[in-house]
Amino acid sequence: MTTAAPIVSLRGVSKVFPGRRGGTPVTAVDDVTIDIAEGEIFGVIGYSGAGKSTLVRLINALEIATSGTITVAGAEVTGQGERALRRVRAGIGMIFQQFNLMGSRTVAGNVAYPLRVARVPRAQRAARVAELLEFVGLTDKARAYPNQLSGGQKQRVGIARALATSPRILLADESTSALDPETTQDVLTLLRRVNAELGITIVVITHEMDVVRSICHRIAVMEKGKVVEVGEAYDVFANPRHPATARFVASSLHDVPSPAVLQRLRNRHPGRLVLLRMKSDGAASGYLTRTLREHGIEGTIIYGGISEIAERPFGSLTLEIDGAVDDVEAFVREVVASAGATDLGTASSPSSLPLLGRINGEESA
Amino acid sequence: MNWERLGPTFTEALAQTAYMLFWAMLVGGLIGLAIGVGLYVSRSGNLLSNRVVFAVLNVAVNIVRPIPFIIFLFAIGPLTKAVVGTTIGTEAATFAMALMAGFAFSRLVEQNLVSLDPGVIEAARAMGASPLRIILTVLIPEALAPLILGYTFLFIGVLDMSAMAGYIGGGGIGDFAMVYGYQQYDWTVTYIVVGVIIVIVQLAQLLGNYLARKALHR
Repeated sequence: MTTAAPIVSLRGVSKVFPGRRGGTPVTAVDDVTIDIAEGEIFGVIGYSGAGKSTLVRLINALEIATSGTITVAGAEVTGQGERALRRVRAGIGMIFQQFNLMGSRTVAGNVAYPLRVARVPRAQRAARVAELLEFVGLTDKARAYPNQLSGGQKQRVGIARALATSPRILLADESTSALDPETTQDVLTLLRRVNAELGITIVVITHEMDVVRSICHRIAVMEKGKVVEVGEAYDVFANPRHPATARFVASSLHDVPSPAVLQRLRNRHPGRLVLLRMKSDGAASGYLTRTLREHGIEGTIIYGGISEIAERPFGSLTLEIDGAVDDVEAFVREVVASAGATDLGTASSPSSLPLLGRINGEESA
Repeated sequence: MNWERLGPTFTEALAQTAYMLFWAMLVGGLIGLAIGVGLYVSRSGNLLSNRVVFAVLNVAVNIVRPIPFIIFLFAIGPLTKAVVGTTIGTEAATFAMALMAGFAFSRLVEQNLVSLDPGVIEAARAMGASPLRIILTVLIPEALAPLILGYTFLFIGVLDMSAMAGYIGGGGIGDFAMVYGYQQYDWTVTYIVVGVIIVIVQLAQLLGNYLARKALHR
């Protein structure tokens, strides 16, 4: 992505946990090689048990890799002693699904904790805490205890605490999975600010595709300990290559009708159906209106959706085309040829959706 | 009850009980905290997991705890002599009480730590805190409320132990009740002592509950 040296670099990293009571060892992370560029929001997505939590804990050395090399900010983490690892950890912020705040300390006390660990003098500590609480918008809660806060407020305290020692990297482990949708958006907005205003690299672990969709620049998809796909968020969504990715995309975007939905659509709309994909510049609907007019026919949107991925428009529309048979035929030929649309045929002579990754994934899900 | 005659003896017995409770609670509390934290952190998968340390502590606690205190009091005689210099008297009884209280409290400490959310400890590790710092600034403060309640529970156990101090000449109000109440067929003395003990226990429990509530921050 960039020519600069990556801020986090994993080379052939594996983590094997010994089996419990003589059971078979579990390979949580299996030969993973990824680079995370400075300043990006990098998403690691996968179902529970895919190894993403272990992967992110290898970056800040909460877990020690069984093999492979991990480099963080130019320094090799693997092979370091416990004391050196503590310094590595102190330089990387982390937030958690269950917030993990200390109930025995006030909000200010929680945010000050990493500063105490870093031996920051009292006066500087107080100033830094005030600054951080201001940044996350919780100045008035400084003296409250975590039990008195809502989930979203707790996570904002978690973020302030993680940023206290001005780390260059922030690890977010399912940081919105315990929050309701509205609060999730607040926290994601805050994370985006952390990235944009403070230039902090963020590694987001999630099983929620919507999180990835709204904030990640690049993503890695994990399955059974392996990274099966890495790429720009938009590209991975637009053209998933691995079945696991396709399943995730299908679970998040519902713009393409599944076979069952398509069958119901045909029952209601016996005419010619066409599926038109959104272009990343958002020009599809203007093009559609123009082309329909040129052919003197009408189109009715019967299914679809347009949303954003990585701040670019994404989605598709399914239309029923109405008009003289020849005009419809000419229109379909043109949109298939020039806009990559998919001809779904009519109820009496259907043509199925080609087995694209997304549809394929949906069927196998 | 003849207060003129028994008053000074009773006051002395109260002072002896206070002495035994104070030192046994203080030393026993520290021993219990140390062993309990040791058990917790050395358990496999925890902060300083160490199979050998855990096994040694665990077996030690399991050996000492089931011994009835009255037998323990005599059984550790040689150790008491080595440390205190004598096997009789209030100091000797206090030594045995402190040890027994320590082993008893260690299990309460361990239980309360086990129920802590491991995520909070992980968060502290992620901030680069050392194990000792985590023990002192995360483990104990986070478990403070249940630890206070456990300590209050321990106080009542130690008060119970102090009643047996009389067997090795340790004195105290328990001994007073037996000597001047039971053995003199003076029920009034017995019930006055029982009343005093109930009041002490009630006050201790009230204080414990109050402090635990303060520590909860809810």
